[in-house]
Amino acid sequence: MIELYLLIIAMLAAAIVAIEIKDLLAAAVAVGLVGFTVAIMFILVSAPDLAIVQIVVEVLTVVFFAAVILRTTHIDTTIGKGIDKEIVFPQVCFFIFGISFLIFALYALKDLPPFGSPIMKVANTYIKEGLEKTGAANLVAAVILDYRGYDTLGEATVLFTSVLGVLAILRKIGRK
Amino acid sequence: MILFIACIGLFLIGIYAVATKRNLIKIAIGFCMMEYAVNLLFAFIGFKKNALAPIITSQTLERNFVDPIPQALVLTSIVIGLGTTALILSLIVRIYEKYKTLDIKEIRKLRG
Amino acid sequence: MNMTQGQEKPRGMTIIVKNITRLIAGFIFLYGVYIVFHGHLTPGGGFAGGVVIAGSFILLILAFGSQEITEKVSYSFSSLFESLGGIFFLIIALLGAIAGFYFFWNLLPKGTPLRLISSGIILPANIAIGIKVGAGLFAIFLALAATKYIMEE
Repeated sequence: MIELYLLIIAMLAAAIVAIEIKDLLAAAVAVGLVGFTVAIMFILVSAPDLAIVQIVVEVLTVVFFAAVILRTTHIDTTIGKGIDKEIVFPQVCFFIFGISFLIFALYALKDLPPFGSPIMKVANTYIKEGLEKTGAANLVAAVILDYRGYDTLGEATVLFTSVLGVLAILRKIGRK
Repeated sequence: MILFIACIGLFLIGIYAVATKRNLIKIAIGFCMMEYAVNLLFAFIGFKKNALAPIITSQTLERNFVDPIPQALVLTSIVIGLGTTALILSLIVRIYEKYKTLDIKEIRKLRG
Repeated sequence: MNMTQGQEKPRGMTIIVKNITRLIAGFIFLYGVYIVFHGHLTPGGGFAGGVVIAGSFILLILAFGSQEITEKVSYSFSSLFESLGGIFFLIIALLGAIAGFYFFWNLLPKGTPLRLISSGIILPANIAIGIKVGAGLFAIFLALAATKYIMEE
């Protein structure tokens, strides 16, 4: 499990680079690196389905970011020298919120089962009877399309709505 | 336990980018980071030590698998995250066409 | 990404990228179709295969420029396929409600496991989702990167 800890350090370093750097195309590449380390961590916790989807979605996210950055400016013009006076108040608020959020999260995460031994009450039934009742060898596909088909229908609706929203926003209106 | 705290740390970095940054692309990057952090937390919850991936082949007879339910929930969440990011980016394209800048302080000044 | 500024500028990328794209784009599309069809046997499924199919079309646009490709694979073509995929998925789900017990009833025969035609309703549902996700993501990319060529007044 030493690889997981090294990858966590790389992921956090890339995240901090992505939000602090001045050049915007470099920030898009850093977001791509965060997604790539998340995909490798999915492989290390034995979830190959998620790793495939995460890699292809992350490549498309970087392509979309690059398409928008090349239509607008390349350089972040808001980072000047010295301490910016107008964002001291949001930073102090975020600091207080962050500390309290972390303390409550520690209380909540203590009640979870420890890492590496989940309680699998419903999942044991799915694993034992999945092959006979649905006929699919991939248990994750059996869960998302047979046992929980409603969630897939909801996801198809959300994706359709987001495509509709993008095409409605980027329409040529005329003289506006 | 440290792995869960690291996921919450990535989530807090995302909220920091949304709350304090002034460039619109950095805000969109913050939303993207929050999605990645939540998906990673769910995948960590379903992990079982020394178990195999939940695919039944002709060689796995003892059926010692990881939990397939959190993986099914995260699968749809990843694709929905892509749709959300695309919607935010299309709004940014429209704002740039109208105001010719990506700085939210300038945009607030130009309105009045 | 070459948005066109005038009529004399050469579109697309260099000739090496164009030749390699001509050879490879068909294989990427075929790989996406393979991931969709074997969704119930190996990891993958409708979502991953659909995004790979969209990726092959996006590669064609990036290599050849937006104007030539949108004459052949236009925006109304991909929007039609997205709607067809969604309607097909709903019809599969409603077949259970009309002809039997409940919504999403797995009514096609489940053959022998570990074959390609098995597991009832999962294979047609994967195909419908693959078409829908692929066409939808390609339409989003056309809107973000090549708005001039797809929107008529």
